Amino acid sequence: MSFLKLSHLEKSFGPNRVVKDFNLDVAKGEFVSLLGPSGCGKTTVLRMVAGFESVTSGGISIDGQDVVGQRPNQRNIGMVFQAYALFPNLTVAQNVGFGLRVKGVAHDAASARVHEMLTLIGLPDLGNRYPFQLSGGQQQRVALARALAPSPQVLLLDEPLSALDAKIRVSLRTEIREIQKELGITTIFVTHDQEEALSMSDRIVVMHKGIADQVGTPFDIYNRPTTRFVAGFVGTLNQFDATLIDPTNGSVEIAGTKVALARTINAREGAKIGLALRPEAIHLGRAAGRDVVLPGNIRDVHFMGSVIRITVNFAGGQISLDTFNRPSAPPPERGAAVVLSANATDFIVLSD
Amino acid sequence: MTRIAAWGAIALGMLYFLMPLVGMAEFSLKMRRGVYSLDAYARVLGDPKFQETFGYSVVMAIFTILFGVLLVVPTAYWVRLKLPGARPYIEFVTLLPLVIPAIVVVFGYIRLYNTSSWLPLTGTAMGTNILLMFGYTTLALPYMYRAVDTGLRTIDVATMTEAAQSLGAGWITILARIILPNVLVAVLSGAFLTFAIVIGEFTMAALLNRPAFGPYMQLLGANRAYEPAALAVIAFAITWACMGLIQLVTRLSKHDRARN
Ligand SMILES: Nc1ncnc2c1ncn2[C@@H]1O[C@H](COP(=O)(O)OP(=O)(O)OP(=O)(O)O)[C@@H](O)[C@H]1O
Ligand SMILES: [Mg+2]
Repeated sequence: MSFLKLSHLEKSFGPNRVVKDFNLDVAKGEFVSLLGPSGCGKTTVLRMVAGFESVTSGGISIDGQDVVGQRPNQRNIGMVFQAYALFPNLTVAQNVGFGLRVKGVAHDAASARVHEMLTLIGLPDLGNRYPFQLSGGQQQRVALARALAPSPQVLLLDEPLSALDAKIRVSLRTEIREIQKELGITTIFVTHDQEEALSMSDRIVVMHKGIADQVGTPFDIYNRPTTRFVAGFVGTLNQFDATLIDPTNGSVEIAGTKVALARTINAREGAKIGLALRPEAIHLGRAAGRDVVLPGNIRDVHFMGSVIRITVNFAGGQISLDTFNRPSAPPPERGAAVVLSANATDFIVLSD
Repeated sequence: MTRIAAWGAIALGMLYFLMPLVGMAEFSLKMRRGVYSLDAYARVLGDPKFQETFGYSVVMAIFTILFGVLLVVPTAYWVRLKLPGARPYIEFVTLLPLVIPAIVVVFGYIRLYNTSSWLPLTGTAMGTNILLMFGYTTLALPYMYRAVDTGLRTIDVATMTEAAQSLGAGWITILARIILPNVLVAVLSGAFLTFAIVIGEFTMAALLNRPAFGPYMQLLGANRAYEPAALAVIAFAITWACMGLIQLVTRLSKHDRARN
């Protein structure tokens, strides 16, 4: 039973269709990320849920109740913005208590709740400060507390971490996720940072040109991308074209090398299909149990510290692979002839 | 060398502003032959006409400011939020009072709202006061609108509004608790200018025949020698007191410290 349901959601700005047939069911207490490149419509979806943007067609329901006709202040939704958007004329405590005061919560109950929220975000002593007296990370935590104080049914976060510097971004990630779990609040989190989405979410929606390309757990999205776009957007991926020899057992030919993928592939014999392989699934040299072997020569070596990324030219194009740094074994020279090996089961079949 | 030139220019400017003031202040003290005295001030302040007209204008100024704030803050806010494309036109409209002479406006009012019109505002003293307040608001519009609009520029109006809306706030709450407090300093400087305009305004008050301070000053200036100078000095003192108050408010509004 889904708690937040978006069905066939559409949004056009004039002739410009920005969100197309967007469907999403979010369970109660679930943390779902919308991940996608700039301009793919993530913010627009979020703003439609919040009520800031009208819906061109389709439905949004929360806990079984249709909210499309409701104004933003009638929906029971908490929102956190990229730019914090704290009220500069109010103190931290007044900011957090704003929603309670608007709802007419009694003074004592409201201050107790404000204190509870400030404790939750780890800033119990900063209630009397003004927003300009806080760091960016603190401001964003206050914004989170403010959104959560009136106990909304759904929490929406639009790239809340992208204005912060790298270290705080990572620590706040964990903190937001912990608070979300503790309160069990249904959450939609918008980001264009795949690491953020992969590390925080129960499920990820990868968006592309206004469409939900793939919906799945972080593990699924990363390991089993179903479209070329998802494969290319999430992580680094080697993509090749292959010719299908036998659809029933998934036997294909990649640049002259026959590979048995050991699964049925939904295409005609002789069809061109897209295959993909993660850099970490490829091994330099032969190895026991790796049944696919491709010859090539080293094109480039990037030493990145603990990981070395090697680019190899082979008959079908280029392949990137990652190896761990070992002090005893220097990386291969450019131009050296090598063989690459991989597991047939690690190949991902792309369905565009 | 350039420093000396700069200081010289400043000194010259100060002289240009201060000499007439000093001269006027000095003259206002010379009512009693041969010695400096405050006779002219005593005369002015003791005049019941002064108290009456000044009181009337202060009350009018307060109502004009209240009405102006209620008119301008929501309008400027709405334009910024929903009709950003209309801003140049709204600005043009708010500038019109600088181009159209007050006398034209007031004759228009008298034609439209005279006793035989559909809305005979000039028929009663209260009606005429309301009409005069509208007139004053119009005159102050260019300053008020610009001040408030500049104030709104310092905050992210759209995001503030959405944040407040998602917390359940309606338009009135947003305006009263978020927008107005954040533009208060701007509103006050607009209010001060409005005050100055209303206190000195002559044409509208005279033509609508209301007992305002402007016509009183004119009357006094035409008939007396020393009192007008004393009156001018008093007017200056009031103006400067207003400026001081604005500074004080700016200083006291804590959340603005970061911005200034
Ligand atoms: N008010 C608007 N009027 C017209 N077009 C709009 C409006 N808001 C958004 N768009 C367009 O809709 C598309 C999607 O915008 P949206 O803000 O949802 O993207 P996004 O995925 O959030 O991108 P980003 O990661 O850059 O924030 C963009 O092409 C944008 O130009
Ligand atoms: Mg966005």
